[in-house]
Amino acid sequence: MQHLINLFVKAVFVENVIFAFFLGMCSFLAVSKKIKTAFGLGLAVIFVMVLTTPLNYLILRYVLGEGALGWIHPALATVDLTFLAFILFISTIAGAVQLVEMVIEKYAPSLYSSLGIFLPLITVNCSILGAALFMQEREYNFAETAVFSLGAGTGFFLAIVLLAAIRERLRYSNIPEPLQGLGIAMIVTALMGMAFLSFSGFQL
Amino acid sequence: MIAESTPKPAGIPKKKNEGLFSKKNIQTLRDPLDDSNPITVQILGICSALAVTVQVKPALIMALGVTVVVAFSNLIISLIRNSIPNRIRIIVQLIIVAMLVTIVDQLLKAYMFDVSRKLSVFVGLIITNCIVMGRLEAFAMAQKPWPAFLDGIGNGAGYGIILITVAVFRETLGAGTLLGYKVVPQWFYDHGYVNNGLMLLPPAALFLIGIYIWWQRSRNRKLINVS
Repeated sequence: MQHLINLFVKAVFVENVIFAFFLGMCSFLAVSKKIKTAFGLGLAVIFVMVLTTPLNYLILRYVLGEGALGWIHPALATVDLTFLAFILFISTIAGAVQLVEMVIEKYAPSLYSSLGIFLPLITVNCSILGAALFMQEREYNFAETAVFSLGAGTGFFLAIVLLAAIRERLRYSNIPEPLQGLGIAMIVTALMGMAFLSFSGFQL
Repeated sequence: MIAESTPKPAGIPKKKNEGLFSKKNIQTLRDPLDDSNPITVQILGICSALAVTVQVKPALIMALGVTVVVAFSNLIISLIRNSIPNRIRIIVQLIIVAMLVTIVDQLLKAYMFDVSRKLSVFVGLIITNCIVMGRLEAFAMAQKPWPAFLDGIGNGAGYGIILITVAVFRETLGAGTLLGYKVVPQWFYDHGYVNNGLMLLPPAALFLIGIYIWWQRSRNRKLINVS
């Protein structure tokens, strides 16, 4: 149990998807102009991440990995389809996002209108596919995968809401004109990243 | 952010017998290098750009990989653009991109295993690199194959320029080497010069790109207020 809590804290702070790996940077910079929209995107990312990463784990474990097809027929036990991982992972994500979008539209229209445009964009958010690929590279088991995806999503949520809060304040500051907008957002992110680096001293 | 921050393509070429390297096509190829650079102006593909720039070699390989994937996915999507149903186009695009990335990944694993290890998950992340999807949506879905291919090459190169610039700074200042060769003379170290450890950490890449954007926009003031 303690191991899982450690993994969660590590995914949120020490190995934050944004500040340590730059995953999901595009939507991070593009959708962080207002706290409200940043909040919506952050929640949507947590949701899709927690849904798709364990799903991809199951696919890896029972369809793709070496000998994973053994449960169908012993003759298939030597088949290794790992090279198809990219295609299946991204299809799972795209399919799940499409499904989630339709379900939310039908049963929770108010949530849909607040998340609306962000949901389809999440398909191409690097952090979702990134989490799936890290899960594969680090060979997590199912419980670890679930906890890791929750932690990574929470890390993204935390980062984007923080940046949005800072950028709302920045609008009133006197920044050199060529540096306004994207330039200063980059530098602020770098400073936040340095602050987050201090978490790397934790031994978990 | 796909397509929304992308400048409109220059318009569909109407003449059938346009030369392969007509003025418009050259423009398509050259624009992404500076005026509509995918990273600093369109804000696309920052995700994987920053993490692979600690050394020049992985940055070079990454730039090459992205260029190949963007160019060929642009070409393929442009060839079949009229038969893709609009509602499922994202999935169709993703599958084609994922196929190309799988090929690149397998080639890297076969011929450059150490680089492939260093790039770790970032090769796979070319799939969700916003440059690829952004260019497919904004350009390839509405253009003929040849301009689309050139647009892919141009955007890949624009991405590569930023990647390599950042990597050169980070490697020389951070480790005193370039492509693995020592460039900072021993004499410097003897007189108290120390490698800048910050350059090896992730935030350095953001600082460098921020400064690049500052320099680019003060040189070319019409880019201010783009985003």
